[in-house]
Amino acid sequence: MKTLDDGRDLLFVDRHVLQETTSAPAFEGLRRRGLRVRHPELTIATQDHIVSTEPGRTETTNPQGRELMTLMRRNSADNSIRHFGVEDPRQGIVHVIAPELGVALPGSVLACGDSHTSTAGGLGALGIGVGTSEVEHVLATQTLALARPRAMRIDFQGKLPQGVTAKDVILHAIGLFGIAAGQGHAIEYAGEAIRVLPVEARLTICNMSIEIGARLGLIAPDEATFAYLQGREFLPEQAVLDRAMASWRMLASDAGAGFDKELTVDCSKIAPQVTWGTTQEDVVGIDRPVPDVGAFTDAAQRDRATEAMRYMDVVPGKPLEGLPVDIAFIGSCTNARLSDLEAAAVVIEGRKVAAHVRAMVVPGSMSVKRAAEAKGLDKIFRAAGFEWRDAGCSMCVSINQDVVGPGKRCIATTNRNFENRQGPRSRTHLASPAMVAAAAVAGAITDVRKMIAS
Amino acid sequence: MKTPFQNFTGIAATMPAANINTDAIIPASFLRTAHADMGKGLFGLLRYDDEGKERPDFVLNREPFRRASILFAGENFGCGSSREAAAWALKQFGFKCVFAPSFADIFYENAFRNGVLAAVVAPEDLEALTALPPEGNVQPFFEVDLSAGTIARMDGTVVAFRIAASRRDALIRGDDEIDMTLKHADDIAAFHAEGLIARPWLHAPLTQKERS
Repeated sequence: MKTLDDGRDLLFVDRHVLQETTSAPAFEGLRRRGLRVRHPELTIATQDHIVSTEPGRTETTNPQGRELMTLMRRNSADNSIRHFGVEDPRQGIVHVIAPELGVALPGSVLACGDSHTSTAGGLGALGIGVGTSEVEHVLATQTLALARPRAMRIDFQGKLPQGVTAKDVILHAIGLFGIAAGQGHAIEYAGEAIRVLPVEARLTICNMSIEIGARLGLIAPDEATFAYLQGREFLPEQAVLDRAMASWRMLASDAGAGFDKELTVDCSKIAPQVTWGTTQEDVVGIDRPVPDVGAFTDAAQRDRATEAMRYMDVVPGKPLEGLPVDIAFIGSCTNARLSDLEAAAVVIEGRKVAAHVRAMVVPGSMSVKRAAEAKGLDKIFRAAGFEWRDAGCSMCVSINQDVVGPGKRCIATTNRNFENRQGPRSRTHLASPAMVAAAAVAGAITDVRKMIAS
Repeated sequence: MKTPFQNFTGIAATMPAANINTDAIIPASFLRTAHADMGKGLFGLLRYDDEGKERPDFVLNREPFRRASILFAGENFGCGSSREAAAWALKQFGFKCVFAPSFADIFYENAFRNGVLAAVVAPEDLEALTALPPEGNVQPFFEVDLSAGTIARMDGTVVAFRIAASRRDALIRGDDEIDMTLKHADDIAAFHAEGLIARPWLHAPLTQKERS
């Protein structure tokens, strides 16, 4: 809305989405200042990070989470903010419910105290992940002061081969360019491979912007975006929506738009991806071996890779295929929408989870859960031996009760394979929902393409 | 007003690994309550073993680094989760500044918001600072001068760090970002009022449709 004296832009925040683990001190700060929430009517809150995902859970099912959940509910009530707690049918992971409720809109500035807020970029929204001080800033002023990021475009060319999904595409890109490539940048994901992706898959791509180093990532809205938005609960009335549509059709980058950095990915030869190490750039196609340590020419990188292989207990130069897993987790803001669950269900239908594997599905929202049940997916998952749980961040953040045990190996549809991320000494392999489903059945990391073909 | 940043001399600890993420800086297990002891949780899983005992080989468990107030870190420091607790934990432990070749965007903002100086130092300058002088066993004391933009080792080695002038001045003055923005309250209100007419789909109150 205006440029500040120091060169930063002051942005009006059209949508503010709150979750329970990063907002309590922000409300406390607001009270200390004697300020009120400036625009509660543009704000929504949910409980997702610390909630129990046990079916039928309540606010007291996870005693350790009770304090933060109660604070979220109370702070929302005290400030007239709509709150979708665990008892509400709209409850779910912030980045899943903001698009599905029609709260995130093309061209909107959406802030949330979570690094995966760029997910909303899949609809062409400017999703800005912020810390708690900035949550307080938005509550108090409905604005954020932002240094204008440099512009990066990644052009995804070619057609995706069978069995290859948005998750594989973004993991492959992170592997090519590294986890810091997007630092200081906003990324536009473009190209023919992106244009044909359904909206939910675009949300997956934009979700992982932070994992390539960028706070912001988006995809130009198009007819698929507009079709996705139809009928969403918080959309404006039709006359206003018609005006909005007209403005959204002008949002795409101009053909001659200049970018500070332009990168290209050939999608036609990507295989399903699995991470072998402890950052997301430690990734290979399932048909390739874990790199040899000698492949790292830089000494510091070689040391880091060696340590990552030791932590993960993987063998350099050997494929990941056949490595037994203890847990198969389908969930998170990256890959727990209806289409993700459908992709996994196709693989497991008529099959059984291997006896030694704990397999779980944690839908991204209670709406996703209901939609999946309406299609009978819950029956497929349960029959195969999967747990069918309630919505939340679950094992992706392991601040709740869902934790991978020490030394255990988990293949997950999540976004972070950091040391200890899924609990102390947990080992995480990131992959697509179909690949996680395949591993659950095989009892080991495997190439889902063989299962689809057979 | 926040506490203005003042020049100081302090002990520096070095953690040269690249990509130290905010999960490592403050693990999720320390974030389950609103008032946890973040300083104790700093680098929790690197600092303590499974029984909660200190790991003797971890830098902050060794003298004199238990009293460190300066951190020399590797590139992409603070990547991953947006958790501001990473900045709180560093501050509560006693760190006043972090110097690294590069920072993740959200951590960089969070540090600034807490009056912790996060500033960029070229890798070769960091190496020069952290290499032991030939005579060895010199105490790891460094003088940080924010207005001059320099870090000086006691033996006379001086290197420059990079920070935007506006950020530097805001830290020195102890500016409060919310107070600063509230000076624009009239402009914000006018922007919103104009948006209600020009862009009602963004600025009109969120309204639920009847659920079918």
